Amino acid sequence: MKIKIWGVRGSLPISGPETNRYGGNTSCTLIHHHGHTIIMDGGSGMQRLILNHDLGHQRIDILLTHFHLDHIQGLGFFKPFFDPTMEIHVWGPASSVSSLHARLSRYLSPPLFPVLIRDLPCKLVLHEIDNSEFEIGPFEIQSRFVIHPGPTVGYRIQCNDKVFTYMPDHEQALGRNGMIHDARWISGIDLARSADLLYHDGQYTRDEYAKRVGWGHSSQEDALQFGSYTGVKRLLLAHHDPSRTDIELDEIDLKLRDSMETDYVYEFAREGMEFDL
Amino acid sequence: MPAYDIEIILNRQLADCLSIPVFITDTSGNLIFYNEPAEGLLGQRFEETGEMPVDVWAKIFKPLSETKQPLSPDELPLVKTLKTCSPHHKTFWIESLMGILSKISVTSYPIIGRTNKFLGAVAIFWKEDSNED
Repeated sequence: MKIKIWGVRGSLPISGPETNRYGGNTSCTLIHHHGHTIIMDGGSGMQRLILNHDLGHQRIDILLTHFHLDHIQGLGFFKPFFDPTMEIHVWGPASSVSSLHARLSRYLSPPLFPVLIRDLPCKLVLHEIDNSEFEIGPFEIQSRFVIHPGPTVGYRIQCNDKVFTYMPDHEQALGRNGMIHDARWISGIDLARSADLLYHDGQYTRDEYAKRVGWGHSSQEDALQFGSYTGVKRLLLAHHDPSRTDIELDEIDLKLRDSMETDYVYEFAREGMEFDL
Repeated sequence: MPAYDIEIILNRQLADCLSIPVFITDTSGNLIFYNEPAEGLLGQRFEETGEMPVDVWAKIFKPLSETKQPLSPDELPLVKTLKTCSPHHKTFWIESLMGILSKISVTSYPIIGRTNKFLGAVAIFWKEDSNED
């Protein structure tokens, strides 16, 4: 399975020389294998994905973790939606109060967007998921609700014997004393267990997190500790704060390596990174 | 063993912040967590006991009616919640293993998650003032 990262920023896209190296687009990752394509989240990175890839397939599957704007703002500009020959499947977390269609329509309707979902010419299929197992072509997928405000899932995607886990928004340490040091009591742990590559929220430094408990995101330290608990082979820290420059990310990276050791490889996610699992 | 659902995890994290005794069970009534104030009632520490099967922790308290007559388990709020998946509340007496009588009120509620699945139950013990040796 080939993976390419197209959006690593959290909350708000940002553009400029200060952020060019890590990238300023919000969450979007492309996965493909033998003609099957999955897109993880529809943040602004979706636009660069379209500009750089001839998706060329008749079917595309989009897996949404949740409906915060930084994860769906690219959907309205996703060209295949406007192609009547395309079949697009959108998967997203179920809510007990409103349908997937209703929640997507909040964005894809006036006054926020001029085109209604029902006017999209492609064949659109919506799938509501929760703690689910399902298959898309060669991919075996598990979704689980994870700690983040509003219905939010993480995904474990297995292709052949390789596992990619995607949890861009996750506050597993929410609580009086942070993460509970018992694997049965850690949100998302089953998704990430022994993953070959874990893409995980690492928006804040430890000091920043102390002032933002409950906002739905992780400190880099908590993300690395989570990686150690799960036994991942490689971890990408993602969902970079929009106020963070490339230089600041480099500095945080250096400090982190001074203060924490891991028995796996980790790095800050950058747009354009590619992996072949 | 798979991790607990996040609704259970978040209930534990909330209980950990409260100064009132809170007990969390799975759908069978096995005690999967109790907080520090509950440790005072049980006379045991969660760090030491870990999870407790229903038939073990059910014997720690002897429930008694307002007239100090034994209460059947079916009259207890938590048992009702586990059977009906609905909230319950009752005031009654408990006698500990050491013979200490305490008047308590218990509020129990089911944990029903986003999938509308019954995941477990929470019992909050409100200790009344009246104690008898």
